[in-house]
Amino acid sequence: MISFERVAKRYPNGREALSAVTLQVAPGEMVFLTGRSGAGKSTVLKLIALLERPTRGQLIVNGENTAKLPARRIPAFRRRVGVVFQDHRLLTDRPVFDNVALPLIVADISMREIDRRVRAALDQVGLLGKERMLPLELSVGEQQRVGIARAVVSRPPILIADEPTGNLDHQLASEVMNLFRRLNEVGVTIVIATHDLLLVRESGLREIVLAEGMVAGAEVPLPSMQAER
Amino acid sequence: MSAFGLASWGSRHAHALLSSMGRLARHPLATLLTVLVMALALALPLGLNRLVSNVRAATGDFSGAIGLSAYLHLEVPEERIQQLARSTREHAGVAHVEVISSAAALEQFRKESGFGAALDALSSNPLPPVISVTPAAGASSPAEVETLRRYLAAWPEVESVQIDGDWVVRFNAILDELRDLLLLAGVLLGAGVIAVVGNTIRLEIDNRRAEIEVTKLVGGTNAFVRRPFLYAGTLYGVLAGLAAWLIVLAATLSLQPATTRLALAYGSHFMLNGPDVRDAGLALAAGTLLGWIGAWLAAARHLARIEPGFS
Repeated sequence: MISFERVAKRYPNGREALSAVTLQVAPGEMVFLTGRSGAGKSTVLKLIALLERPTRGQLIVNGENTAKLPARRIPAFRRRVGVVFQDHRLLTDRPVFDNVALPLIVADISMREIDRRVRAALDQVGLLGKERMLPLELSVGEQQRVGIARAVVSRPPILIADEPTGNLDHQLASEVMNLFRRLNEVGVTIVIATHDLLLVRESGLREIVLAEGMVAGAEVPLPSMQAER
Repeated sequence: MSAFGLASWGSRHAHALLSSMGRLARHPLATLLTVLVMALALALPLGLNRLVSNVRAATGDFSGAIGLSAYLHLEVPEERIQQLARSTREHAGVAHVEVISSAAALEQFRKESGFGAALDALSSNPLPPVISVTPAAGASSPAEVETLRRYLAAWPEVESVQIDGDWVVRFNAILDELRDLLLLAGVLLGAGVIAVVGNTIRLEIDNRRAEIEVTKLVGGTNAFVRRPFLYAGTLYGVLAGLAAWLIVLAATLSLQPATTRLALAYGSHFMLNGPDVRDAGLALAAGTLLGWIGAWLAAARHLARIEPGFS
């Protein structure tokens, strides 16, 4: 589903964020991306969402070689990758409904279908009935769930999340994590970049550790932990 | 495109248009100021055009003041004079030809000058016969009057040709000059309108940076992101065109009473012509086009720079 083959990324300012990353994420898999700040987690996510292109190496996402995709096809590509941010990036002057509907509006879906799908997505994150509220009227945890609803409303096969629980306490973080688990159960491939090692250990899922622009190690959970799931 | 596709295309544009209108309506003061600046820039050439048209209409009567006097040699016989007059009458652009014989001229001079006694002292009549020509109202441009002068001057019997009321001819030339100036002002002010719209749209793009980033992130195409800004620019243009027309209309109405008094003082019933439907169409078309161009330039320049990113 996602395949990095010796991918390097150097930014225009000369900083080399990734030197040679090789990693695979299988369809339907949910993995964590960990590592210290500056290890390259955000860059990996940016490359998957095609917000940046690799400098060297090959990166295939959803069967597309991202280095060669023409610019005019980038919008269609991005519709197939949902993105969740730590600061959720909601439009604070628009009600919840409009925020969640945005990916469908840009994809030219009919208003009736948009209405149906937005409600379904809000139901999924437990926020049905709050469509007309403004994001700032919601709690932090609810805002993050609106962000997740926006990321999954167009049913992308891949979901990436950058520190989705960074601003949440452990209780709320676990709730958000359970939400990701449920989405994963219906077949969405998920990559979550996080600092929250406790959460990673609790989940028993694969952890890809980045250090200095390389994959430092992949912690495969113990068989006993997997059995617990 | 299928019927459904067409309907969705239509609704997409309707959506963009409505949201742009809503946005302008939500900031009435800022919108008003932008529209006003654009409207004034459009109203100036439109008003100048009105001014030139009105001055032309008002001075149309002056064409009657233009005349040419062809002074003949003293010894030209009467039949030849009549012959010349007949030929001149048939010349294009001639409204009226009158022959004033030496005797008639002398008589007139005697009556009007008060030098009757002095004239009696002369042994012969010193005044030459004159053919007086009035050009047609539609043929009083500098070039046409000059053509007529040359025609008359070409006869060997003609001693000299004098143009009467040539100030009217010069005045018409000034009006022509003014019309050229108007075109130049129109071009410059049009560029001004584009700059005003472009700057407004640029600010709008800066204000909505977060929204643009998110829209691009979730797969919005450049066309989708650009659309509301193009609509906004075009709307500014439409409103400005309409306002420009109203400004010129208001100016005409407010000047009407003073103009009527002035005209009456000169014994004329001249009325100012306000901007007509053609002017309204012109103002609207110019506003719309310039607004669209300004928005397009700003969008093309500034939208490409905004790309989504993390943290």
